[in-house]
Amino acid sequence: MQAAVIVFPGSNCDRDVAVCLEAATGTAPLMAWHGDAALPDCDLIVLPGGFSYGDYLRCGSMAANSPIMREVVAQAHKGAAVLGICNGFQILTECGLLPGVLMQNTGLNFVCRDTRLKVSNAQNAFTHLYQQDEEIIIPVAHNEGNYFADEATLAGLQEHQQIAFTYGAGDNPNGACLDIAGITDRSGKILGMMPHPERRAEAALGGEDGKRLFTGIVESLA
Amino acid sequence: MSTRLNNLVDVTDDIAREHGLTDDEYKMIVDHLGRTPNMTELGVFSVMWSEHCSYKSSRKWLKKLPTEGPQVIQGPGENAGVIDIGDGDTAIFKMESHNHPSFIEPYQGAATGVGGIMRDVFTMGARPVANLNALRFGEPSHPKTRHLVAGVVSGIGGYGNCIGVPTVGGEVNFDASYNGNILVNAMCVGTARADKIFYAAATGVGSPVVYVGAKTGRDGIHGATMASAEFDDASQEKRPTVQVGDPFTEKLLLEACQELMASDAIIGIQDMGAAGLTSSSVEMADKGGVGIFIDLDKVPCRETAMSGYEMLLSESQERMLMVLKPGREAEAEKIFHRWGLDFAVIGELTDSHRMVVHHQGEEIADMPLGPLADGAPEYDRPHVATPKRPAFDSNQAAHPAIVDSLKSLMGNSEIASRRWIWEQYDSMVMGDTLVGPGGDAALVRVHGTQKALAMSTDVTPRYCFADPIEGGKQAVAEAYRNISATGATPLAITNCLNFGNPERPEIMGQFVGCLDGMGQACLALDFPVVSGNVSLYNETNGTGILPTPAIGGVGVIADYNKAIGNGFSEAGAHVFVIGGSHGALGCSLYQRHILQDDTIVAPPAVDLQAERAHGEFVRAAIAAGSVSAAHDVSDGGLLVALSEMTMRHGIGLTSPQQGDAAYWFGEDQGRYIVQVSAAQVDGFTAAAQAAGVDVNEIGKTGGDELTIDATLTISIAELTRINQDWFPDLMSGKTA
Repeated sequence: MQAAVIVFPGSNCDRDVAVCLEAATGTAPLMAWHGDAALPDCDLIVLPGGFSYGDYLRCGSMAANSPIMREVVAQAHKGAAVLGICNGFQILTECGLLPGVLMQNTGLNFVCRDTRLKVSNAQNAFTHLYQQDEEIIIPVAHNEGNYFADEATLAGLQEHQQIAFTYGAGDNPNGACLDIAGITDRSGKILGMMPHPERRAEAALGGEDGKRLFTGIVESLA
Repeated sequence: MSTRLNNLVDVTDDIAREHGLTDDEYKMIVDHLGRTPNMTELGVFSVMWSEHCSYKSSRKWLKKLPTEGPQVIQGPGENAGVIDIGDGDTAIFKMESHNHPSFIEPYQGAATGVGGIMRDVFTMGARPVANLNALRFGEPSHPKTRHLVAGVVSGIGGYGNCIGVPTVGGEVNFDASYNGNILVNAMCVGTARADKIFYAAATGVGSPVVYVGAKTGRDGIHGATMASAEFDDASQEKRPTVQVGDPFTEKLLLEACQELMASDAIIGIQDMGAAGLTSSSVEMADKGGVGIFIDLDKVPCRETAMSGYEMLLSESQERMLMVLKPGREAEAEKIFHRWGLDFAVIGELTDSHRMVVHHQGEEIADMPLGPLADGAPEYDRPHVATPKRPAFDSNQAAHPAIVDSLKSLMGNSEIASRRWIWEQYDSMVMGDTLVGPGGDAALVRVHGTQKALAMSTDVTPRYCFADPIEGGKQAVAEAYRNISATGATPLAITNCLNFGNPERPEIMGQFVGCLDGMGQACLALDFPVVSGNVSLYNETNGTGILPTPAIGGVGVIADYNKAIGNGFSEAGAHVFVIGGSHGALGCSLYQRHILQDDTIVAPPAVDLQAERAHGEFVRAAIAAGSVSAAHDVSDGGLLVALSEMTMRHGIGLTSPQQGDAAYWFGEDQGRYIVQVSAAQVDGFTAAAQAAGVDVNEIGKTGGDELTIDATLTISIAELTRINQDWFPDLMSGKTA
């Protein structure tokens, strides 16, 4: 199983997620540069957290139009697994691989803290090592994590079991519709989530709840 | 031929005064040059000789601070201090003020403060791994306070979060003396291998001088001069001298520098901070004992028709100056262009010991380097010692019930939870934060190792005001204590010395006193100063701030698995107080906020020998595994510290201890509260006896309440609510 992490100018969780991927796969992921037109040969593409291109236009919008993303979209359409965390989730919605948008938090401030998450769908390629409806703790750190989509899109997400994670009752940090923390495409092989599983994948960092996401996708793709 | 931009006006005595130079200083400049300076030269001299850049009022006293020890690799004088943390690893750190800009424009002022201190650290080859800060605001009820708190916090977060360095700790105080002059002190800690440290000194005549990073604009011109003047009601008009930060460009600059630093192409490197291109080129060339030639036509600009004066004094952010080995330009240029950054060879080193500047094809400045770098006069300003104050007599006071005082203090501006602030900071990015905000000291793992750095910022300005010497000692001692409470060994400090107008003898007396106390503590605790910054003239309309010498302490623990937290973590454990409790209520929060007594009396005395002995004992007990949680006793005294330990994990305490207000709220120094598992009690008390350390058992952990027999019972839930509500209520306008 070979993973590749896309490095945009302004990515800042690229190393953090690479550490988790290496722990899960036994091999260091390939680091792919935003300006490259070709992707390395890999099974899993990861879009890390950070502030790609400074997030100066709208979070993720410039990254969505970078040369490498044309290739990521093409690979995704051919069935490659894609994981977008935080800024990576924003990029996935901007490039149309996932529906909806991530708006500014309703509190109007950046928020960094642990959140209680419910695993709403423990059946997809990423989440199958969790129990259905299991409550886990994963931190968030973002200013634009307020997931929004129109009624029809939200109904579609529910109908096709595309909501992977929701914030626990009373613990929604950003005002997201339906408490959505992470969604997949219909195949369940493209996951975008605001919380950072890579920040809670080791006991020394407070817990290992995020680890099964990485080992889960590695098993699925093995 | 373009319009001439430079030296269009002849310098007069009045123009020199407008540049903040005294008549004597101006005369010295004329003597050094052997002629009248032109406008460009006057501008350069005025910033290099400003208080901010030259330390002319403070140098005499800074020299007295202890700066050496086997752990010190680089002391003060470089971009940041460097200490040895074992195994060929180093920690590189510094703290710096951005007070004046933050008062005028809180978001950008604070943001560029964070950006500037990070550049100081990564210019030395380190990767920044942690940011901390020390913030002081005016009274909560002051009409500007909420606006300033919101802006500063947002600016610190906006910069640090984007660049991807965790903000892991800090401290905040509110006091009326900061109403017109807030303090924003930012600290950055980085790590580097000992054989990969870069210095500023430029050597090698003919070596290329290279400009990298963002383009130069007109922002921040004379920022260093602004930072060296008092405020008045017209200071808001200085908004154009506040720089604008771009954390995205700094992130690119960081990565590009790290990439180039992996090679051996760099001879010297210096960040363009205060006084921009001027101070960076002067410092690099002067430290290397060479001269420097700069052609301003080569400098990347983002505005048109900038004069040489403007380019030399601009404080545009996210720029660096480097001297490369000849012939390595192409390799370096490729890296910077790959990261989308400007790269320009703008000059070369010469053997002239002078700084020569060309613009529009003509020479616009030619100055000797020595006088620019070190020639500013050193002032021994008159100072009067702060009078010794009487001890506090609390016998006459009407003391409320202990439980009411506790509730009041837990919801007090000085003790209330700072969660509202630190949830706006990304404290976890980089994946090595073991203990973030809320610990005694923050703990950040050295990436890929078993080691962790412990870091804390501390000072108690009300103590420093009442007795600068004891207050100076206390600031260093508290940093030492906070680091020791995690199990880490304190190694060295950085400082950020914020004071009022040094031309007033009583203010200079505060400065001299605080440095005396700090120096004593550094020596006694083997905790030298390796870097720092001085911020004077923190006054508005003639009223000075409380003397605020902020200390940033750094320590290391060899195995982070041995580090402990500061909350009760198990039921049935025994709780001990280390150090004697003698009821020191002078200058305590209890005196100020419960008794509402603002009389200036003696603050708690600091016994440095006991401080060291207690710290060594606590660290040994943690290493031996007998202490499983520890918290230092500071603001609010014993009962506040105990409450904080119960709130951390929701585990209560029952104590049979009898005591009055002075016992429970006294702020005696050198104390810790520790949790000892039942099985470890005998070993712990024997070790204390052997070490001659005063330990007293105060109670046992368990339950969900804090109970002091016959005195009070309060649920942790209520304590937590009181403690958590204050800040959100303030910021939403419900209180104050």
